[in-house]
Amino acid sequence: MKQDFKPNIVGFLCNWCSYAGADLAGSSKLEIKPYLSVIRVMCSSRVNSNLVLNAFLWGADGVLIAGCHPGDCHYEKGNYYVRRRFALLKKILETLDLEPDRLQLSWISASEGKRYAEVVNKFAEDITRLGPSAFHTNPNI
Amino acid sequence: MSNVLKIKKGVEQGVNELLKFLLESEKVKGIFTLRKMNENGAVSYSLITHPKELKNAVPLFPLMPVNAGKILSGFTLKKAINEPIAAVLRSCELRAFIELIKRTQGSLENFLLISSTCGGVYPLKSLTDGTFKEQVSQYWESAKNAEIASDIRPTCAACEYFIPQQADMTIAIVGKNDLQQECSIFLNTKKGEEFTIGAPGNIVSEEIDTKETTKLREKRQDQKKKLFDEFEKNGFGIKALVKTFAACLSCHGCSKACPICYCTLCDFDSKTHEYLPSSHEIELEQKGGIRIPPGTIFFHIGRMIHMAVSCVNCGMCSDVCPVNIPVSTIFSKVGDSLQKLFDYLPGKDIEEPVPSGTYKEEEFTEIGE
Repeated sequence: MKQDFKPNIVGFLCNWCSYAGADLAGSSKLEIKPYLSVIRVMCSSRVNSNLVLNAFLWGADGVLIAGCHPGDCHYEKGNYYVRRRFALLKKILETLDLEPDRLQLSWISASEGKRYAEVVNKFAEDITRLGPSAFHTNPNI
Repeated sequence: MSNVLKIKKGVEQGVNELLKFLLESEKVKGIFTLRKMNENGAVSYSLITHPKELKNAVPLFPLMPVNAGKILSGFTLKKAINEPIAAVLRSCELRAFIELIKRTQGSLENFLLISSTCGGVYPLKSLTDGTFKEQVSQYWESAKNAEIASDIRPTCAACEYFIPQQADMTIAIVGKNDLQQECSIFLNTKKGEEFTIGAPGNIVSEEIDTKETTKLREKRQDQKKKLFDEFEKNGFGIKALVKTFAACLSCHGCSKACPICYCTLCDFDSKTHEYLPSSHEIELEQKGGIRIPPGTIFFHIGRMIHMAVSCVNCGMCSDVCPVNIPVSTIFSKVGDSLQKLFDYLPGKDIEEPVPSGTYKEEEFTEIGE
């Protein structure tokens, strides 16, 4: 793997918690790796599996979905649904051995700026180690 | 133990006799069953309302021109049928119908469901390449001896759910030594018993699970393991997936034949996934070359996400594939792991919600932490 590889990570952040968490991390001047392209969604359950797949096919090396902790969803139960959907997609990727580690779901509340920085930095490190995803480099896909 | 209607005739004539009785006694207004279309062995599902049309009915014919669950869903999509119809269908077709009803695509109301312990069906291409007549001769012999008939659909040979769960009546085939002399029809529900009052034959008490059915189930489980092992030999990962789907024409025939894929406009045929010149441009920039038609792997993984958890392993997808991709094996494999994850068996219980449409608060608690 080339040393200068800069991963392309897509982050779907829930408007009510993780997006505010990212904001807090920024205003707290925490160091965050600059590889995450943030897409603000109204709820983590807005992210359907096709959006994730699309991201992978169109150039993402990793996809992070972040939402409110279970029980704290702004819409009461959205994150329970996305948790199931995530488990399903992850299982498919695992069964077909399609690098399931490139997909992550994390609960980050609006007050967890520090956790946001940690999660993003750790995920960016993991993806850098994995290298470019074959999903968007293989011309036969 | 359940009540069994015994008709002193070969199984095929026996079932026809019962269907004739149901129609003539006006207990049902119509019969939905397979019917012979010509002498070459072509069959088609038909709705029959006059007893004289029953002469060409072949309810147990080992071919599945289309998954009947899909047709019954079409009948009842707008509203339930208002007069009783007896439908003869296989275990996986019944399961598919139930999965569709759970997705509000139909109704069970007024259906008398007649199913059978299933010996499997032959690939449709055996009709066109002329091997069917030769193969079918040993079909009943294999069913009698609870063996896997050779040359049936690979997914049928690996199917362990050949005893239907939701049927009102079940025609016993697997492991029945006296198939040519006697027809045994298990009456599983009160409805099944009511409809057979006055039917020819006598009622005895028997168990549907026998030594023979257990034997066949074990054989099929072995076969399933073999099928998966063989598939896994090619390895997984993106490279293997690209290889498997290399020949895919993007005809989407698998999704059209799939009973669970019910969407009138598939997401992948819609504008959402239309490949615009700009999409090609982006991909070309990244990869230096693109496959045309694009998005085949995406289509298959996307379809897995949508329906694999409800996959009933009927094998229609592999059967219609013009380039012989083992679609059903891959979907069985993925479906199997998803169904284990959610502890879910498609078509088993009509009250049980589809996993992707529900949740439990206390599950997957390790995710996201």
